[in-house]
Amino acid sequence: MGRKLLLEHINVPGINTLEVYRKTGGYRAVEKAIKTMSTDEVVEEVKKSGLRGRGGAGFPTGMKWSFLAKPEGVARYLVCNADESEPGTFKDRYLMTNIPHALIEGMIVSSYALGANTSYIYVRGEMMPQIRILEKAIAEAKAAGFLGKNILGSGYDLELYVQPGGGAYICGEETALLESLEGKRGNPRIKPPFPAIAGLYGCPTVVNNVESIAAVVPIINDGGEEYAKIGIGRSTGTKLISASGNINKPGVYEIELGVSVEDFIYSEEYCGGIANGKRLKAVVAGGSSVPILPANLILNLVNGDKRLMSYESLSEGGFTTGTMLGSGGFVVLDEDQCIVRNTWNFSRFYHHESCGQCSPCREGTGWMEKVLHRLENGHGKMSDMDLLVDVSKKIEGNTICPLGDAAAWPVASAIRHFRDEFEWHVRNPTLAVKENFGLAHYADPLPELVS
Amino acid sequence: MNILNFLKLSEKVKVTIDGMPVEVEPGTSILNAARQIGGDIVPPAMCYYSKLEGSGGKCRTCLVKVSKGSEKDPRPMPKLVASCRTNVMDGMEVQNITSPEVVEARRGIVEMLLINHPLDCPVCDQAGECHLQDLAYEHGAEATRYEFDRRTFDRIDIGDKIQLHMTRCILCYRCVFVADQITENRVHGILGRGDHAEISTYIEKAIDNDFSGNVIDVCPVGALTDKTFRFKNRVWFTKPVEAHRDCPTCSGKTTLWYKGEEVLRVTARKDEFGEVEEFICNTCRFDKKETKDWVIEGPKKVSRQSVINSNHYDQLQPAQVVKKNLELMEANKEQFERATKF
Ligand SMILES: Cc1cc2nc3c(=O)[nH]c(=O)nc-3n(C[C@H](O)[C@H](O)[C@H](O)COP(=O)(O)O)c2cc1C
Ligand code: SF4
Ligand code: SF4
Ligand code: FES
Repeated sequence: MGRKLLLEHINVPGINTLEVYRKTGGYRAVEKAIKTMSTDEVVEEVKKSGLRGRGGAGFPTGMKWSFLAKPEGVARYLVCNADESEPGTFKDRYLMTNIPHALIEGMIVSSYALGANTSYIYVRGEMMPQIRILEKAIAEAKAAGFLGKNILGSGYDLELYVQPGGGAYICGEETALLESLEGKRGNPRIKPPFPAIAGLYGCPTVVNNVESIAAVVPIINDGGEEYAKIGIGRSTGTKLISASGNINKPGVYEIELGVSVEDFIYSEEYCGGIANGKRLKAVVAGGSSVPILPANLILNLVNGDKRLMSYESLSEGGFTTGTMLGSGGFVVLDEDQCIVRNTWNFSRFYHHESCGQCSPCREGTGWMEKVLHRLENGHGKMSDMDLLVDVSKKIEGNTICPLGDAAAWPVASAIRHFRDEFEWHVRNPTLAVKENFGLAHYADPLPELVS
Repeated sequence: MNILNFLKLSEKVKVTIDGMPVEVEPGTSILNAARQIGGDIVPPAMCYYSKLEGSGGKCRTCLVKVSKGSEKDPRPMPKLVASCRTNVMDGMEVQNITSPEVVEARRGIVEMLLINHPLDCPVCDQAGECHLQDLAYEHGAEATRYEFDRRTFDRIDIGDKIQLHMTRCILCYRCVFVADQITENRVHGILGRGDHAEISTYIEKAIDNDFSGNVIDVCPVGALTDKTFRFKNRVWFTKPVEAHRDCPTCSGKTTLWYKGEEVLRVTARKDEFGEVEEFICNTCRFDKKETKDWVIEGPKKVSRQSVINSNHYDQLQPAQVVKKNLELMEANKEQFERATKF
């Protein structure tokens, strides 16, 4: 069994209340940090832990914190990104629903470390139940003296607010989130300046994912070095994976980074294998934005080693043969699934969610969706695949925010690895509407490397 | 601040754009540095407007390659950057038309801007002074690869003087910045997202205040047009004349567009980059259409943007670096061919 740091007590009845959470050792990190540690010491522990942002980009959290500008007399803010809207990702919602105090405790410790006296949790607008749960948890923490003025007699003040989101995927992009939090239209800002210099209301701001913030609690309790012992290489600690698709046991799993992809899919501890005795065809490993990989490439690296669930191993081989850990939205597709349809579906999402500020993303996402729609519905052309790759290249890297890249990658990777399935759709337009291409050779062993 | 520090701050930084060096104030954007050099190495800018704070960064036509970051950190920047929103550093080396990558990316952007554009230039008032026309002509491909229905919107009147033809809009946000910064009350903005986003007023409220007419001048395309001029004439049949009047609200410095004896329209004066020099008020723009209202200064020097100048286009002057390099010549081939047609 892998170690659990965030979900250890998930099955304890009443863990959503402060009382039970306290009994399982909750709020020790707040006491330890505020009473016995300086703010720099907290930052130092997080640095030592090697924790990397769990929101998608994987930027080291300690380093992000140390970049925060600290001009005299200017407020600093910590903003928690709980806008979780990436298709395939639902771990933050799970954590907030079941153990809201894990996030609140993390917010208090992190705000203390950053010297923030006002902090926000920006929750996806559709998650009204979770907003209520968090508000209740905040009230409990406040009544117990963990929030408000003069926390635990230390002289440190902190107010924590929950803000319902603006109802758009783009509001999860950190600068769009800040705009939205300020009450404006959620358009990503043009960077620089980065939030660490000028974020919320122009003040230095740190934006972190729910899971990143919750992970600060065990880091402070056990020490950064202990945390860094879990995992592999620069992928330290545990990670919540939202597993969905054609598996026997979909759900949220906490893994020690470094378990093999094969174990994750097939072991009883995690996904429990492919449902209905089917065979694995493809995996989208880190949420809809990351490149899709066929079965043979997701299970193994090109050199024959097993691929592991870690930042490095998943991206091994770059975009030619690799993908990304992203937000940990692990979507499994079996032999009956159609890659063209799946790609069209993702594309439809990005078309719908583009904020429309920059021309390549605004126009290109719609164009790609239309071409994919016609391919899926039997009106495609042989030239469409090259057209899609070309359009995706015109978007990638040329936009204000990474949504453009996120829209381009799934399309480019699907065509890179599943081109024959696309071509089959063009050649068999009537059949393709009724039947699927099947597994084909996508699970065949990789050819031996010629050295 | 001691004097040494002061000297240091005002010290100019040196940048090279397409092999041409220029010294500019620190904090200058790459685009503005390029404008100081002038000529064909100036990146096209469809959304940036130097008089509007916060503008730029959106259309992406001004993308350039930074092949050397600065003297201190010579690494190239990993991606192409929007030159209108990226500041120069000392020792920076920038490639615009000398980078095949930039030329290719820009062609892509132009294609994107055109896939949903109605291409109704023959019936558009902006034709002849439209920045999208120029851009497509200079950087675009000859044919489209887009085979779907184009997005359309109904035309709406926003007030009795301005018409919004959203189908032509490229969402540059300039008009929003004008409404925000030049007029007293912003009553219009962007509704919706992505390719279904639109400029709109709150429930078709009229845009009505002294400076609202300026949205027409900043609009790079024919999405916002002057209803008092609509369909009166093609701009290339009119003669622009600079004039001024003693106006209590604005500077009163304008361009009058004559057809024969008649003033067909009044606009602000624009510089060589198509930006207005000074914003004018609605009284000057819409209500003063008699020669007797104005003190005439003389004919306007017509910019190369305009077909009013037909057959007098400035020639494309390729940078020396381009001429010497076969690959770059190839990348800019179409541009050269067009230039030599004249
Ligand atoms: C289009 C888009 C949507 C995003 N949505 C989310 C989100 O829902 N939740 C999240 O934590 N990060 C999201 N991110 C990433 C954030 O911009 C940011 O990197 C993250 O919140 C930083 O937190 P971390 O360092 O703890 O990962 C999104 C990014 C983009 C470009
Ligand atoms: S890349 Fe897309 S979502 Fe991001 S700013 Fe540009 S248009 Fe908006
Ligand atoms: S109406 Fe004109 S000025 Fe306004 S956003 Fe559209 S193109 Fe730009
Ligand atoms: S002018 Fe620079 S992005 Fe539009």
